[in-house]
Amino acid sequence: MLASDPIYRVLYIDLSSKKYWVEDRKELFEKYIGGTGVAINLLREEVPRGADPLGPENAIVLAVGPFNAMYPMASKTVAMFKSPLTGNLGESHAGGRSAVAIRLAGYGAIVIKGASDIPVWVSVHGSKVHFRDARALWGVRSAHTVGRVLREVEGGHGYRTIMRIGRAGEKLVRYACVVVDTFRHFGRLGLGAVFGSKKLKALVVVGRGSIPVADKVGYRRVYDDLYKRIMGTPATKKYHELGTAENVLPLNELGALPTMNLKAARFERAEEISGERLAERYLGRRVSCAHCPVACIHLAVLREPYKNEPYFYKTTFVSYDYEPIYACGSMLGMGSTEGMLKVLDEVETYGLDAMSTGVALAWMTEAYERGLVTEKETIVRPVWGDYASYLKAIEYVVEQPNDFYAALAKGVEYASKVYGGTEFALAYGGNEMPGYHTGPAAHLGFALGTRHSHLDSAGYSYDQKMVGKRLSVEDAVAYLMEEERWRQVLTSLVICLFARGVYTPQVVVEAFKPLGWELSENDLKEIGKKIHLLKLRYKLDEGFSFDQLRFPKRIFETPSPHGMLDPLFMEQALKLYKSRVEEELKSLEAAQRW
Amino acid sequence: MARRVSVVDVDLCVGCMMCVFACTRRFSEGGVSKSAIKVASIGGVERGFTVIVCRACSDPPCAASCPTDALKPRKGGGIIFDPAKCVGCGNCAKACPYGALMWDEHSGKPIVCTYCGYCVSYCPYGVIKLEEVKEVVVHAR
Repeated sequence: MLASDPIYRVLYIDLSSKKYWVEDRKELFEKYIGGTGVAINLLREEVPRGADPLGPENAIVLAVGPFNAMYPMASKTVAMFKSPLTGNLGESHAGGRSAVAIRLAGYGAIVIKGASDIPVWVSVHGSKVHFRDARALWGVRSAHTVGRVLREVEGGHGYRTIMRIGRAGEKLVRYACVVVDTFRHFGRLGLGAVFGSKKLKALVVVGRGSIPVADKVGYRRVYDDLYKRIMGTPATKKYHELGTAENVLPLNELGALPTMNLKAARFERAEEISGERLAERYLGRRVSCAHCPVACIHLAVLREPYKNEPYFYKTTFVSYDYEPIYACGSMLGMGSTEGMLKVLDEVETYGLDAMSTGVALAWMTEAYERGLVTEKETIVRPVWGDYASYLKAIEYVVEQPNDFYAALAKGVEYASKVYGGTEFALAYGGNEMPGYHTGPAAHLGFALGTRHSHLDSAGYSYDQKMVGKRLSVEDAVAYLMEEERWRQVLTSLVICLFARGVYTPQVVVEAFKPLGWELSENDLKEIGKKIHLLKLRYKLDEGFSFDQLRFPKRIFETPSPHGMLDPLFMEQALKLYKSRVEEELKSLEAAQRW
Repeated sequence: MARRVSVVDVDLCVGCMMCVFACTRRFSEGGVSKSAIKVASIGGVERGFTVIVCRACSDPPCAASCPTDALKPRKGGGIIFDPAKCVGCGNCAKACPYGALMWDEHSGKPIVCTYCGYCVSYCPYGVIKLEEVKEVVVHAR
C-alpha cells in the first residue's frame, strides 16, 4: 500500500468550537479498507453509547474508499451516524460528485462533531476549511434554492460536491434527507435531521487533486479491463435506458409491487408510473455520478401551465427511481404520472426521504380509512391517488402544525404506537419498508439487515431467483448473511452496488494490486465478516434486540410470488440468524480480534 | 494535419467525467489534477453540462499573450507548450475565453491539451471526437 495516498487522512470538523484538524489513521484503513469499514469504527470512537441522535454528542462520518476516483463506478460516499429515526445505527450512501470530491480534496473520511450555535455551512477547499454564516439560508422553503445560492457563492465549479438539507432537516423530521449535488441523496435514516440538529445547513467539498499508484502500467491495464466489463454488462444498458424505474412493471407482473400500503401487491395502474411511460413521455435528461459511465439518474420534465397567464409554463425537472416510485406511486395508489411527479418534487423540495415519506402517507391513508384518525388529525382528507391532498400532507409533515403530524414526522412506527395501526405500519427496526414484497427473503433482509435496507442483502433478488422453488430457512439465512458481508467490502471500496456484478472478489483483488494493496479473496471475506459483526455489535450495544424485531402483520395478509408468507418460517430464520451472530460475536470477542 | 478534440453535441453529455479522469490517467494517476478537459454543470445538472477543452484556434490568443514563448502556435491550429520556458504568469489562462487552459496548482503552470485524443476513447456517449482542425481564416478588408 502506498504511503503517499491521502486516503489515510481523516478530517475532523468540530462545529461547537469551529475548529478543524487532520489525523493520520493509516492503521484503520489498513484494517478496514475505507467506506463502511472505516466509518463504523469512527462512529464507535466518536459517539458515546446511548447518545441522543439529535444532540451534539452525535457525529456524522463521511467515508470514501481506495477505489474512489481511481476506478469507474466507484462513485459512492458512505455516511454513518446515529439515526434519529431508529435510535440506532444510521448508514446511508450517496453518489453525485461527493466521493470524488472528498477523495480528491485529500481525505479518506470527514468527521463532523458537536453542534453550532448559529446556522452555518462548512466549506472544505482542499486543505482549508471555512465556517460560513448560514443564518440567511435557514428557513428557505426549497432545498433547490439553497443549492442555487451555494453554487454561486462557492468556488470549485466542476470539482465540488454540495450537500445540503431542506426545511425537513431544519424541522428535525426524523426521515429528512441530505440532498447531494441535486437529485442524489443520503436518503435513509434521517441524516438530514442530524445536520439540522447541528445547525449545519450544508457541506461543500472541493477536490482537485490526484492519487498516485504503485504500478503505473498495471493501473491502466486494470482500469481498461474494468471499463470494458462495465460497458459490456447488460445491467449498464438497463440502468442507462430506463433506469431503476425499469423494475416497476416486472415487479408488478410478479405480484411483488407493494400497493396502497401493501393491501395489494399488484397495482392496476402500474403502467402510468412505469419506467417505460416516464421515458416515453417525460424523460428530459440522463445524468451520471462522477466517474460512472452508466448515467442511471433519470430526470423527468414536468410542464405545468400557469393559471393566470396563457401559454406560459413552469418547467420542473424531477428525478425518479424505482424506490421513490414505489413509495410515492403504487403505495399511495397514485395512477397519475404527473401527480406522482409532483409529489416527488415536493419531497425533493423539502428534503425528505421519499421512501419513508410515501410509506408514512400510506399508513396515514389507511389509518384514516379505518377511522383511527380523522380530519381533525390529518387536516386533509387522505384518499388513495389524490395527489393534491398528499402535497398538503407533505407540507404538514415538515411544518408539524398539530400533534398528529409531529408524530408522523417521527416515522410510522412511532405514529402507529400513538394512534394505533401497528399491524399495518410498514417499518422494520423503525425504518420504513422498501418496495419489494417478493417473498420471505426480502422481508427477512429488511428485518435483519444492519440498516434495514433492501440494499443490505438483496433478499428481493434471492426471492425472485427462487420463485416456484421450495425455500429453506437455512439457505435463505446463509444467502442473506453471505451477501451482506460481501457488500460490506464493496461499500468499503466504495463502489456503487449496481457494479457488483463487475467487481467480483477476484476482480477486486486484481484492482487492489496497482494501488499497492495486497489483499487475498480470503482477506476480503474476513474483513467483510468483521465489518458486519462490528455493525451488529454497535447495534446491540445501542439496544437493538433480535427478540424485539417485529414483522408487520400486513406482510402475512397479502400474497407474494411465494404465496402467503409463513410466520413460522420467519421466526425460525430469525432464530437461526440470531444464534449464528451471537456465536460468531462471542468467538471473535473472546479472541479479541476486532 | 493537426488534430483537435471537438465537442460534437454537448447535449449528449451526462456529466460522468470519464474524459476528465482519462486525461489525468495519461500520467498513470487517478484524479483530475492534470486534466486539460473539464466538465461542469451549467447551473444545476438539470440544465445540462459544459465540456471545456482546447479548440485549437488558428490564431490562438493564449500564445499571443505568452511573454516567454512557452506557448507557441502549432502549425495547422492549436498550440505547443514548452514548460521549461514558462514562468507561470497566467496570461494564457486569462486570454482564453473558454477557460480551456486549466491550471496545475502543483507546478504553477497551465495544463495544455496535446490533442492526443485519449479522453475520446472513454466517452461512452459520443460527446467528443478527435478530428482534423479546419483552419479559420479571418478575412482582411
